[in-house]
Amino acid sequence: MEKSLTKSFMNRTTKAQGKRLSIPGLIVMLIGLVFVIVSPMILSNYRLNLVITILRIAYLAQCWNLMSGYCGQFSFGHAAFFGIGAYTSSLLYTELGVSPWFGMFVGMAVAGVVGAIIGVLSFVYNLKGDYFALVTLAFAEILRVITKNTDFLKAAQGVSITFKKNWKVMQFPTKAGFVYFALALLVLITLFLFIIQRTKMGQYFIAIRENEDAARALGINVFKFKMIALILSAMLTAVAGTFYSQYYLHIDPEIVFVSSVSVDAIIPCILGGVGTVFGPIVGAFIIEPVSELTNVYLSGLPGMNMVTYGLILVVVIIALPHGVLGFVDSISKKLGKKATSPKTSGEKEA
Amino acid sequence: MAVSITQSLIDGLLMGGVYALAALGVSLIFGVMKITNFAHGALITVGMFVAYFMFAQLGVSPYVSLPITILVMFLLGYGIQKLTINPIITAPSHNQLLLTQGLSIVLENLLLVLFTANYKSISLPGFDKAIKFGALSINKPKLIAFGLVVLASLGVYLLLQKTDIGHAISATSVQREGATLMGIKVERINAIAFGIGVACAGVAGALLAPIQYISPTVGEGFQLKCFVIAVFGGLGNIWGAVVAGLIIGVVESVASLALGGSWSEMVIYLIFILVLLFKPTGLFGKKTR
Repeated sequence: MEKSLTKSFMNRTTKAQGKRLSIPGLIVMLIGLVFVIVSPMILSNYRLNLVITILRIAYLAQCWNLMSGYCGQFSFGHAAFFGIGAYTSSLLYTELGVSPWFGMFVGMAVAGVVGAIIGVLSFVYNLKGDYFALVTLAFAEILRVITKNTDFLKAAQGVSITFKKNWKVMQFPTKAGFVYFALALLVLITLFLFIIQRTKMGQYFIAIRENEDAARALGINVFKFKMIALILSAMLTAVAGTFYSQYYLHIDPEIVFVSSVSVDAIIPCILGGVGTVFGPIVGAFIIEPVSELTNVYLSGLPGMNMVTYGLILVVVIIALPHGVLGFVDSISKKLGKKATSPKTSGEKEA
Repeated sequence: MAVSITQSLIDGLLMGGVYALAALGVSLIFGVMKITNFAHGALITVGMFVAYFMFAQLGVSPYVSLPITILVMFLLGYGIQKLTINPIITAPSHNQLLLTQGLSIVLENLLLVLFTANYKSISLPGFDKAIKFGALSINKPKLIAFGLVVLASLGVYLLLQKTDIGHAISATSVQREGATLMGIKVERINAIAFGIGVACAGVAGALLAPIQYISPTVGEGFQLKCFVIAVFGGLGNIWGAVVAGLIIGVVESVASLALGGSWSEMVIYLIFILVLLFKPTGLFGKKTR
């Protein structure tokens, strides 16, 4: 009885999720992939900057997607894990000469531990929704204050890394190196999400998101899977922090531990489609060029670029509550209904 | 030592009052709409600039122009709710949060466009001298702000307790469906409640304007404090917010005396986490979850 219930639930969710992986969608993704691969040959360094930003933000959004999109644990404090990754690898490198390739993994471990602490505290006390989001925000703020006031962590002035142009210390001589590194990270995490979604664990995540009490009633160890989602997400986010510091070569508490980093992780996901494999990528490919365009064309009046950016954000959230992919989905469903006989297979999933 | 502690208690209490009023807005909005308003800090700043604008252009002191500030901010809040919050009132909370964050970006940068990033201040002749009690001194704008905050909080309380609209707001925050069934126009109540919440932020901003410098991003620092206070007092609980505001004001002031300015923030966030974990229903919450 229990098993069959779980199964029917899982069938329902896979069906709804499976819809997102249509052939046209895959083609669009492949075109995007090819474009990024050839971009170092056709684009100027200035434009490659934008490509790297898109990939970096898409990766960050995928990290958020894992825990908040799939598992429904709404984080507003991903800056905490991002900052931990950035600071761990950078300080290990500048103070002890440890290569960031190794420091990256140390950062993942530290972020995982901090994630575990946040998770145990919040989930034991059964924090949900906005309350959980506020706790994650508070932890990120605490890390900011600690870092800002600790000389050992370089306090407010932050950490600066000298540019050595050596891939052994995660500094690539050309922008192309960074493009491919960021692309590799994004492809890996996307494959990871794609696979996870097809495993039992991924289905448990979705079950928890849809209805935690029902999931518990079905015998799913809700606490365990929420912890797994949070810790995995925290560790992967730390990698984004290491990448940031190696690319921009300077970090300080007001750059990496601020809520705008957490917002960066959320926007592409909501814009593209929460809890979908490709949503965050689509979102990042839309929002970052838009932000760049507003920067370029509205630079005359300081602030006007951000006003436009904010307005676009507000309008999109109102107009496309399920993101671009959700919108495409509903359009294709409507067209499908008109063209073929009504084959009502799936209820609409949020 | 005793003097400096008493002094920081007084300062903390006075500032705590202003925090309390701003947080009361957060609490009211959450109570009625179950939305955490991430634009609240920006709206406090808007209140500051409304007061500054009338001071700079017309020479009117923020205390005299307060009724206009209240009206402007209420209408702003009412409009924002109708146009942007109402369409997503049933959306998942991350959408709502991101929307209010988007509004915050728009408001802050609109102020930047209109007033530039240069720091501004309001100096009122006759108000810059502190009142002395022996070794203790009381900053006049802070004292006036505290007095007006008490009046404003009382006003909100009476509005909620004694008027039909207030009853409808309270009913909606307790039981949404029930309120609809009783013929309350919930959409309109939402917009009015949001307007009142924003007016609270605006008044707090206007009262802060003579106390500290004014710039488009200055409200950010107050926003998290508002959340701390609103949760501490129990989201949706008006008097809870007032008491919690006074407590947080005093804690902040004493902590900065004991630990230094920037570490005092830490104490507040720690309180925040402890409250969220152990008593998310707040000081006067009936049951812990």
